[in-house]
Amino acid sequence: MNDLLDAFPVEESDVDRLRGRLAAAAEAEGILDVAYRTVDTPVGPLLLAATEQGLVRVAYPNQGHDAVLQALADRISPRVLHAPARLDPVVRQLDDYFAGRRRRFDVPLDWRLSTGFRSTVLHHLASDVDYGRTASYGALAALAGNPRAVRAVGTACATNPLPVVVPCHRVVRSDGAIGNYAGGVEAKRTLLDLEAA
Amino acid sequence: MAEFGPTVLRVVRAVLGPADADDAWSETFLAALRAYPQLPAGANVEAWLVTIAHRKAIDVTRAAARHAVPVADPPETGAEADLPDLDLAAAVAALPPKQRQAVAYHYLTGLPYAEIAEILGGSADAARRAAADGIAALRRTIGANR
Repeated sequence: MNDLLDAFPVEESDVDRLRGRLAAAAEAEGILDVAYRTVDTPVGPLLLAATEQGLVRVAYPNQGHDAVLQALADRISPRVLHAPARLDPVVRQLDDYFAGRRRRFDVPLDWRLSTGFRSTVLHHLASDVDYGRTASYGALAALAGNPRAVRAVGTACATNPLPVVVPCHRVVRSDGAIGNYAGGVEAKRTLLDLEAA
Repeated sequence: MAEFGPTVLRVVRAVLGPADADDAWSETFLAALRAYPQLPAGANVEAWLVTIAHRKAIDVTRAAARHAVPVADPPETGAEADLPDLDLAAAVAALPPKQRQAVAYHYLTGLPYAEIAEILGGSADAARRAAADGIAALRRTIGANR
C-alpha cells in the first residue's frame, strides 16, 4: 500500500503556510523562545536567531547552520522556530549596512551566549571600535582591561556569537596581517573593504 | 521537531480529511511546543507528535460533531481527475476510525505497531489487525472501483 503516501500528498507550500501560522501563534503565546531565519548577504547566507530579548546569534554558512540551531536548542530552549518576522529589523539594518548606508547597528542584543572576559571583550569591541577602523588583538586586550590577554581576545573573537553586528572583523594582527575570522578570511576582507570604501 | 511537519500533516489529513487537517496540525504543534521542554531526552519525537495529533484529531472530530448542522448532499465535483488518488483517499475516509488510524499511523509514518498500540490503546496485535483489516477493505473498495 505504497499508494497511500500518494493519496495524501503534502505540498511544501502548505507546510510553510502552517509553519508561519504556528510561529505567529507561538509568538502571541510567548512560547517562541528562539526565532530564526537566513538572509542572503555579500558574505554568504547568514543565519540570524533572536530570543525575546534580542538578537542572540549570527552564523556564517561555514559554521553549519543546522549545528548552530541544534546548539541554540541545547543551550537556550528547544522551542526554536523559523519565524522571520522577529528578525525583520535586523535584516533591514543588515541590508543597509551591506549597501553602505549604515555604520552602526541599533537592535537589541541578547548577550547570553558570551560570558566572562569574552563578553567584556565583545562589549568593548561593539562600543569602542568604530566603523571603518581596526584594532589589534593587543589593543583590544588593553581596552578590555587586560593588556596581556591577547590570546583570550583571539578566542573571544573566534567564538563571537554575533559576528558582523559585533564587529570582530575589525580586529587584526599587530603586524598588519588580516588575521583569522569565524566566517573565513575572505568574508573578513569583504567587510573591511566595504567599510573602507 | 520541524522535520516532522509534513508527516504529521499527512497523518491528520488521512485521519480527519483535508478540511479539518490544518487546525489539527496547528493544535498539535502548539501543544508540542508547550510541552517540549518536558520531553525526556532521547524520546521518539515522531511517535510523541503522532500521539498528540491523535488526541487533537479526536478533539476536532468531537467539536465538529457538536457543531454539525444537517446539509444537503455535497455538490458534484467535476475536477476529480486532477486530484491525486481521490478514490483511495475517499476509501480511507470511509474506514471505521480505528482501522483508519492504524493504517495512517503505520503506513504514513512507519511507526511500529507497539507504538501505535500505545496511541490507540489495546495490544500491538490488535493494532496490527486493525491495520490489516483496513488495508483489506481499501483493496476491496479500490478493486471494485477500478
